Amino acid sequence: MRRDPDVRGYFGEFGGRYVPETLVEPVEELERAYFDVRDDPAFAAELNRLLKHYVGRPTPVYEATRLAAEAGGARIFLKREDLTHTGAHKINNALGQALLAARMGKRRIVAETGAGQHGVASATACALLGLECHVYMGAEDMDRQALNVFRMRLLGADVHRVDAGSRTLKDAINEAMRDWVTNVVDTYYLLGSVLGPHPYPLMVREFQSVIGREARAQFRELTGGLPTAIVACVGGGSNAMGIFDAFIEDRDVRLIGVEAGGEQIIRGRHAARFAGGSAGVLQGTRTFILQDDDGNIELTHSISAGLDYAAVGPEHAWLRALGRAEYAHVSDAEALDAFQRLARLEGILPALESAHAIAYASRLARELGPSAALLVNLSGRGDKDVQSVEKALAQKDRS
Amino acid sequence: MSRLAGTFRRVKSEGRPGLVTYTTAGDPDLPRSGAILEALDRAGADVLEVGVPFSDPLADGPVIQRATERALAAGSSLRATLTLIGQVRPRIAAPIVVFSYANPLLRMGLDAFADEAARAGVDGVLALDLPIEEAGGFRDTLAARGVDTIFLLSPTTTDARIQKAAELGSGFLYGISRLGVTGARDRVASGAEALVRRIRAHTALPIALGFGISRPEHVAEVGAYADAAVVGSALVSVIADAGSSPDLIERVEQYVRWLRGAAEGRTQHAHA
Repeated sequence: MRRDPDVRGYFGEFGGRYVPETLVEPVEELERAYFDVRDDPAFAAELNRLLKHYVGRPTPVYEATRLAAEAGGARIFLKREDLTHTGAHKINNALGQALLAARMGKRRIVAETGAGQHGVASATACALLGLECHVYMGAEDMDRQALNVFRMRLLGADVHRVDAGSRTLKDAINEAMRDWVTNVVDTYYLLGSVLGPHPYPLMVREFQSVIGREARAQFRELTGGLPTAIVACVGGGSNAMGIFDAFIEDRDVRLIGVEAGGEQIIRGRHAARFAGGSAGVLQGTRTFILQDDDGNIELTHSISAGLDYAAVGPEHAWLRALGRAEYAHVSDAEALDAFQRLARLEGILPALESAHAIAYASRLARELGPSAALLVNLSGRGDKDVQSVEKALAQKDRS
Repeated sequence: MSRLAGTFRRVKSEGRPGLVTYTTAGDPDLPRSGAILEALDRAGADVLEVGVPFSDPLADGPVIQRATERALAAGSSLRATLTLIGQVRPRIAAPIVVFSYANPLLRMGLDAFADEAARAGVDGVLALDLPIEEAGGFRDTLAARGVDTIFLLSPTTTDARIQKAAELGSGFLYGISRLGVTGARDRVASGAEALVRRIRAHTALPIALGFGISRPEHVAEVGAYADAAVVGSALVSVIADAGSSPDLIERVEQYVRWLRGAAEGRTQHAHA
């Protein structure tokens, strides 16, 4: 069953299309093109072929018994998006949109990136399809994700440094949108999360929903039933929407999004929009944002670049308003601890983003006890974060 | 008749292009920003656009981004902008248009904003990322208080949407001469005239053309087919270059008189 937003792109009171005039027609053109390919079996066949033979789907669901034993309670299962080609779920969406861009005759791609995973996925998809790729990245993120910057350049992308504002994901999106509005005739904006103006939140969710479709069938096969709860980290929220989507109608399955609690829930020191935010408009969509009394966007902080963002996907705001999904937050220190535990107990280095979900799942496993079973979206692998983690651990030792 | 409508009628009767200026409220600080508005009015600007600084100005180029940063650092905000306008309004003849991103307006609340704006003597409001589809209620709220809603129209705007903007908008319509963000250019974009003609086919509202205009000859060129030219980034650069220099106000005034020279020149030419 399709759960589309209304014709103006709203999920309840969230979403819509708050863009400067020049982008209204391009966004409508994108919507038309997307609705065309959505019902086109040839497009689906081409994307599925790539997802299987290039990305390596389906990714496994793996039961993390040693992690669960240490947590002392519920069974914990991991959906292994970290095993995809390029190492994160971002490739599912990047390939879908790059195929769409090629079909629209747009040969120049612009993308933003925070942790660099969407940038790497975009650069990869562009290399594969022979498209020109420009990635905007905040200066602070370029420093903390240097490995991914080099990967993107190896893949033939131009990486543009953004020094404005907080020098993170939000500023990279501003700059990517400025590029798009200037070069809109031949340029496609490959947005990496369930954010921005309609149809992006819908389209990105649908390209990511393969995660939940696979996981639901795999989980049933492994256990004969459905999980008690799904746990996924939420920056913009694309990996979470991707895994939630297949379970929306399963009313007994709790859907839990985990935001970045940073150092503490005080202004500027976290990125938990549902803990410290309110409704507003940022970068094309009406959703929960971190803002001050004048409507300016507040600075955010997270140890994880991919969660360090002031807005959340509008469909998450809606699911929360409906009471269908719950949102929690996990601190930098808890995420760092979960990163190390998953490495030592299971031999898996998770992305720092995904480590937030692992941390919360461990907490929840204790609460719920052995009769429960949790399905965690392990959205990406942690190789890119090794240096950041080394630095954070050294800092922790000193203090 | 609204102050904007009256101004455009007078400009037309004088047979010259109107001059619309853009400055950011609180750049370089609030007191001098007020003095700049008075100077623009003295120097002959016909309409004053006052930008509300916003943390994420995604439709603006580097010049206005920097102005926004200076203004925010100086403590400017939507509230401060309205207070500033209220203070200078009695000393300024030109209509004043508030130019803002949507979020500060939504944060204040559209009703509260419309009340405050009307009280401060604001004549029109342009919300940059509030497209026509989202702006219906906003427009009614402003109209109920006698404040005009100005819409932007771009080369990518379809005829159907121009028609909608013409129906909902009042005061004037603002045409964007080129795709892209704000910023001064050496030349007026080649598609600008075609856009103005396309808009003209749908409306009798005055049309101001902006983006990339910095010199008197640009104003004159635009004046051949549009009712007014908007000068933003180039003027903001004059303010930035003057910095803390004591002749800031004088330089702004001189720059606008220089721009207006084209308009006066054309009037004399027309009468010669």
